[in-house]
Parts: sequence; C-alpha cells; structure tokens
Amino acid sequence: MPQIAQLADTWSSQVFWLLVFFGITFFVIGKGMVPKVMDTVAQRDGQIAADLAAAKAARDAADEQEEAWRVKENENRAAAQAIVAKAKDEAAAKSEKKLKAAQTRIDKKLTDAEVRIAEARTAALAEVEAVASEAAQDIVKTLAGVKVTKPVATAAVKEQMAHG
Amino acid sequence: MAAEQAKVDPMYQFTIEPLAGSGGWELAGYNIAFTNSALWMLITTVVLFLFVLGGMRRELVPGRWQMMVESFTGFIDNMLEANIGKAGRKYVPYVFSLFMFILFANLLGLLPLGVIGLHPFTFTSHFTVTGVLAIISFSIVLIVGFWRHGLHFFSLFVPHGTPLPMIPVIAPIEFISFMVRPFSLGLRLFVAMMAGHVLLEVLSSFVIDGTNAGAGFGLLVGLPSFLLMIGICALELLVAGIQAYVFALLTSLYINDAENLH
Repeated sequence: MPQIAQLADTWSSQVFWLLVFFGITFFVIGKGMVPKVMDTVAQRDGQIAADLAAAKAARDAADEQEEAWRVKENENRAAAQAIVAKAKDEAAAKSEKKLKAAQTRIDKKLTDAEVRIAEARTAALAEVEAVASEAAQDIVKTLAGVKVTKPVATAAVKEQMAHG
Repeated sequence: MAAEQAKVDPMYQFTIEPLAGSGGWELAGYNIAFTNSALWMLITTVVLFLFVLGGMRRELVPGRWQMMVESFTGFIDNMLEANIGKAGRKYVPYVFSLFMFILFANLLGLLPLGVIGLHPFTFTSHFTVTGVLAIISFSIVLIVGFWRHGLHFFSLFVPHGTPLPMIPVIAPIEFISFMVRPFSLGLRLFVAMMAGHVLLEVLSSFVIDGTNAGAGFGLLVGLPSFLLMIGICALELLVAGIQAYVFALLTSLYINDAENLH
C-alpha cells in the first residue's frame, strides 16, 4: 500500500502541494470568483423581483385608470342622457305651444267663417223675402187687380216661407 | 503469449513518483518534490479555475456554462443555509472550494486516460491529502467555536437535557465522538476512493488474465468482469460526487455545531 509504504518519503511534499493548490483554489476561486458568481445570481434575483414589482405597479395603475375612466364615462353618459331628455322636453313643449296657437287660429277662422255664412244667409233670406213680397204684390196686382200693401205681402210671404 | 503472466498490481496506481527530477527539492529540510500527485492537484486547480471562469460572464440571462457554475454555487449556498442558517453564507467560499476541489479530483482521477498512455492519479485516495483537508475543516470548527463562544464552546459536550449525574459519563463520550470527526472525515473519502480504484484494477486484471488464459476463460471470466467494470465505473462516478458531497455536508454540519452549539 503506497499510501503507507511511501508515507515517510512523501508526506511533506503531499501536504505542501496540497496547501499550495488548495490555497490557490480557496483564495482565487473561492474568495475571488465565487462571490462574483453569487453576486450575479443575487443581482438577477433582485432584477426579477424589481421587474415583477414594476409590472404589478403598472397593472395596478392601469386598473386604477380604467376605473377612473369608467366612472367618468358613466358620468358623461348620464349627462348626455340628461341633455337629450331636456331637449326632448323642450321640443315637445314648443310643438305643443305651436299646435295650440295653430288650433286657436283655425278656431277663430272657423268662427269668423260661420258668422259670415250666417250673415250671408240672413241677408240672402231677407233679399229673397223682399223679392218674394214684391213678386207677390206684382202677381196679386196683375191677377186680381188688388193692390196689396207691402207689409201684408211680406207677412203672407213669411207665412208661406215658414210653412215651406 | 498465453504463458506470459500479466502483472497487474492493484496498488501500483497509488504510487507517488517525483516528476522531472524534482525528487531532491527541499523546503526547510522537508522534501517537497513535485510528484504526480502534485501534478494532478495542479490539473484539478486549473480545470476548476477554467470551469468557474466560464461562469463569470455575469450575464443577466445565463448561458449553459454560467447556469452550471451558478447551480453549483447555489447548491453550496442552499446547503449551508439549510444547515447553519443565515450565518452560513460566509462559509460558502471555503465549502465551495472544498466540495469542488474534491469533486474535480475524484472525477479527473476516473478519466480513462490510460487509453492514450497517461496515468490519471487520484490524490484523494491518499490519506495524507484527505487528512489535511479534514484537519483544515476541523480547525475551522475549533477556531469558529472558540471565537464565537469562548470556553462556553465546551458545552457542546453536554447535550441539552442531560441529567446531572449522567454528565461525567456523557461528556467524555461526546468528547471522543467530537475528536473522532477529523479521522472519520478524512478516512471516509480516502477509503471510498481507494476501494473503488482497487476494485476497478482487480477487475481489469481479471479481464486481462482471463483473456490471456484462453478463449474459454475469456468468455467465462473476462467478459463478465468487463461488464461489471462498466457498471462499477458508473458507480464510481456516483461515489465521486457523493463523497465530495458528504465531505462538504459533514463540514457544514460541524461548522453548524461551532456556530450555533446544540
């Protein structure tokens, strides 16, 4: 077993070179390089955590803005509906007024017309009576030779006309 | 040809040889020859350096290599945090170095370089090496323990809720189990790595000797041994990872004792 057989000859060289190379390993690799590697890992973890936090913050902000937009949108819609309703009411009131005015005008025209018709009829009737009584006077004078006075003739005509 | 005996010595692979005439190098009277063992420590260090260097691109979106390195550091970091807590993070450089150094040494020692005439050397199959690593870990436990808790660190030997009359009995047992830790830590890795390599070597001698002894023996002994070797090679890859993990895990558990007592 060389480990024991050569122990006396080689232990010092083994220990020396092990200390040299393990020392190099520890101080150069362990102390020098490993912390940097771990630092990189820590940086990456930090970056990922920061990115996630930023993304979450952005999402929250977006949610907030959407909520605000929704509220505003609802307000705008309500305002628009109010304006539309008001305009509708105003238009309805206006047209009602116009209609009323037109109705009044028409009614007035109608009444006037009726009055004029009545007057015209009365005048026509009076004329017819006058003509009829004159005609009756003439007819009686011609046929019977009797002179009928105007009031009598008129009364007779009136009577006849009343009978139809 | 069949008469010629194949000489497969399963222990020869652990022989340490000075390289390039460095056998006489000395430092303060101690021999510090640059051996094949030291060469593989150098190779391990360089390969590990290149591996981690590939993970240093520091990109926000990691590539495969960077991901691999980061998953190793993350693995050690998680292990220390699970076993020690927040205070465990400061031990990441040491435990990472320990784990990766042992892991790469184990894996590099398993490379099939014999095919192209080179001989990989697994220095973790030498208890001089694993022993030093275990002593370093144990020293850290002692230093951290006494630094943080002072003499109160000795309360480690008296578990919570021990009845007063039992303390004289329990404390020596706890003390012995505590002092055994560096040995179990170092021996476990050394034994596991050596046993695996010896097993592979013995099986390979079965393949070679069996085949040399004739077609019948080759089919009867050589082929099954060869198939078994393939399986054991896969097992050894697993063992290489598990032993490195166990070494790092036990180190972190021991450091936990020092950080938090019981």
